[in-house]
Amino acid sequence: MCRSERIRCAVFAALCGAGLAQAAGAPDYRLGRAATAQEIAGWDIDVRPDGAGLPPGSGSVADGEKVYEAHCSACHGTFGDSNEYIALAGGVGSLKTDAPVRTVGSKLNAATTLFDYINRAMPFPHSKSLTPGEVYAVTAYVLNLNDIVPADFVADRASLPAVKMPNRDGYEPFPGLSKVDGKPDTHNRACMHDCEKSVAVTGSLPPNFVAGMYGSLDDNFRGLATMNEQAPPAGALPATTAAGPAAPALIQKYGCVACHSADRKIVGPAFRDVAAKFKGHADAVATLTRAVRGGSTGVWGSVPMPPQAGPTDAELAGIIEWILAGAPDK
Amino acid sequence: METSTDKQGRLVLAPENFLPAHGRARRNALASLIGGAVGGAAALALGEARAAGYAADPKHLPPNVPPWSQDLGKPVAADPYGAPSPYERNIIRRISPGLTTTTQSSVAFTPLQNLFGIITPNGLHFERDHNGRPDINPYEHRLMIHGLVRQPKLYTMEDLLRFPSVSRIHFIECGANTAMEWGNPAVPTVQYTHGMLACSEWTGVPLSSLLDDVGFDAKQAKFILAEGADAAGLTRTIGIDFALDDVLVAYGQNGEMLRPEQGYPLRLLVPGVQGISNVKWLRRLKVGDAPWNTREESLQYSDLMPDGMSRQYTWIQEAKSVITSPSGGQHLLDKDGYYCITGLAWSGRGKVRRVDVSTDGGRNWRTATLQEPVLGKALTRFRLDWHWDGSPALLQSRCIDETGFVQPKMRQLREVRGTRSIYHNNAIQTWQVDAEGRVHNVQV
Repeated sequence: MCRSERIRCAVFAALCGAGLAQAAGAPDYRLGRAATAQEIAGWDIDVRPDGAGLPPGSGSVADGEKVYEAHCSACHGTFGDSNEYIALAGGVGSLKTDAPVRTVGSKLNAATTLFDYINRAMPFPHSKSLTPGEVYAVTAYVLNLNDIVPADFVADRASLPAVKMPNRDGYEPFPGLSKVDGKPDTHNRACMHDCEKSVAVTGSLPPNFVAGMYGSLDDNFRGLATMNEQAPPAGALPATTAAGPAAPALIQKYGCVACHSADRKIVGPAFRDVAAKFKGHADAVATLTRAVRGGSTGVWGSVPMPPQAGPTDAELAGIIEWILAGAPDK
Repeated sequence: METSTDKQGRLVLAPENFLPAHGRARRNALASLIGGAVGGAAALALGEARAAGYAADPKHLPPNVPPWSQDLGKPVAADPYGAPSPYERNIIRRISPGLTTTTQSSVAFTPLQNLFGIITPNGLHFERDHNGRPDINPYEHRLMIHGLVRQPKLYTMEDLLRFPSVSRIHFIECGANTAMEWGNPAVPTVQYTHGMLACSEWTGVPLSSLLDDVGFDAKQAKFILAEGADAAGLTRTIGIDFALDDVLVAYGQNGEMLRPEQGYPLRLLVPGVQGISNVKWLRRLKVGDAPWNTREESLQYSDLMPDGMSRQYTWIQEAKSVITSPSGGQHLLDKDGYYCITGLAWSGRGKVRRVDVSTDGGRNWRTATLQEPVLGKALTRFRLDWHWDGSPALLQSRCIDETGFVQPKMRQLREVRGTRSIYHNNAIQTWQVDAEGRVHNVQV
């Protein structure tokens, strides 16, 4: 902070500080500097249910459909009904049942919150990349998918706060968990003896569930208890990790796993399906390298793969080698 | 105490207080270990059990002198930062199979079954990210404070490190910890049932100091919005009473800078409040007069009740405890042997006053010993001596906090909240020890 700016702050504080919470006697730390209006405008993106914070601009349901198909449908499904990722539509009336479906239509209480969330956190691979008009439009489209607004709806800073969400009255405060001195809703007693008439196991994991889902749990634990002087020699210490990051780490690092998995189709094909398709092809490495670097359309479905500049050539070669080897787990 | 100190009971895996091996009858242990198996199958079972541990080579045991007692060791700073022994390689965070679709909007759980004391090693603190974990250059990180303030300001990390700091030990528990267990047991180990839980010494600037520094409007201010610099731009509403009480703008974790997984270089620390409010990669604080109803406090992180209503802004993590050893997936080797039952207790409302332990499914209880220090809104380690007679047992722990609140039974929680609320499951956990000494996650 420059000196003149400090003086301005001090004068401002002296003139306007009365009634505000400058702690009496607190040191003047002179740390930080005034944030400019322009700086604040760039980061001040939050939107409240009353519409405070909504930017200028507007977007229609029709425009939103184009945005949705380009950026959202791959994960959320054509009609917002994806079971793979979070569903955006459906489930109205299900919240009282044993199988509640929590969607924009069934649970969300404010259309402004939908705008705020898309604007800050979506699209998942590259958030904060849509223009305000695109966010308004896709917000309108998702509301329309839920039959909350008509097909000719245009979202803007005036219309969005006025949208009546089906579950707008579905929330309640609970001081028992929002205030430190709130009154709890459970009332166990610290009984010490003969507290239960009978004790029966009412729930347990199904037979073979653990073995099927987790394999052996042995390596989830420290093995120290088995060490003693009579123990027979056991296998050597498992090999330590190789020097460079292996392909499984690289596909995490470069976000490949947002759209691909080893053994099932997500948005893009399963790596093992790619391996099967290219098995025995002499130009497999070159073809896949081109597809990753330049992007690819229409080979595995309608969703295009964007060009990927992230991995170095050596890393990409390693990833492709790993994919063609059938994407082994280790 | 109903203990017999002449026999030391052993777990195959992971006792919290590993005891020296005096008085052990190896042959009996082997018999227990391999159960009814015979011949080659027995050898196989033994080999599998051994895979978890690293057994001893007799050449390295007394009276022989092992090579590490003779060979010149590595130079100092051979490993300038330092890492756990390679023999500790099983002690890692884990992703719960099948829980999330992506690995960026996901969670990795703390291996509570393997930890000692109350402090979580930095590399094992559970990790919950919503749009992946950013790697932020601290020289390019800024904290903006604005809204109902006299002077909106931008702080560099250098600014923040120059403010007077405080260090305090607090737990962080995800609001969805134990969420899978509302209806029935769903996961096998304490890592997965309770592992969205960690406790660290956090260092930072009291939020109240920074609010004073920007001259917040004490009359109008009711809520603070905290926002992360990650791709999620994660946002949560913080009540002003919390903000002015013990909230820290934290950069330190157990003596070093925050780990990237924990928000490097800056996070909010809201003691006793559900994990998501402890916003990581903190870039912005806005002072306001109404809550924001963000996605992470409406569609998500609100508690669905049986009548279809959702409780909103349910911040506090109520009193809770869990036995970490013996716990699910472990195996008690010695029938008729001593075991130390140990675990963790905590409360978002302050200190743990008492922990009781039952070995018969809640019929009878004994009060455990609390390990000092017992700190407000921090994990507290408890222990109780137990002599296992070899018959099936149901182990439970029950936390009572300084408000007198008693941790509820699972059925008491379900009676008022049903089974679909996801968040704030603080029920008493039951571990079943079967006749073979294997420990299972059950509900009673």
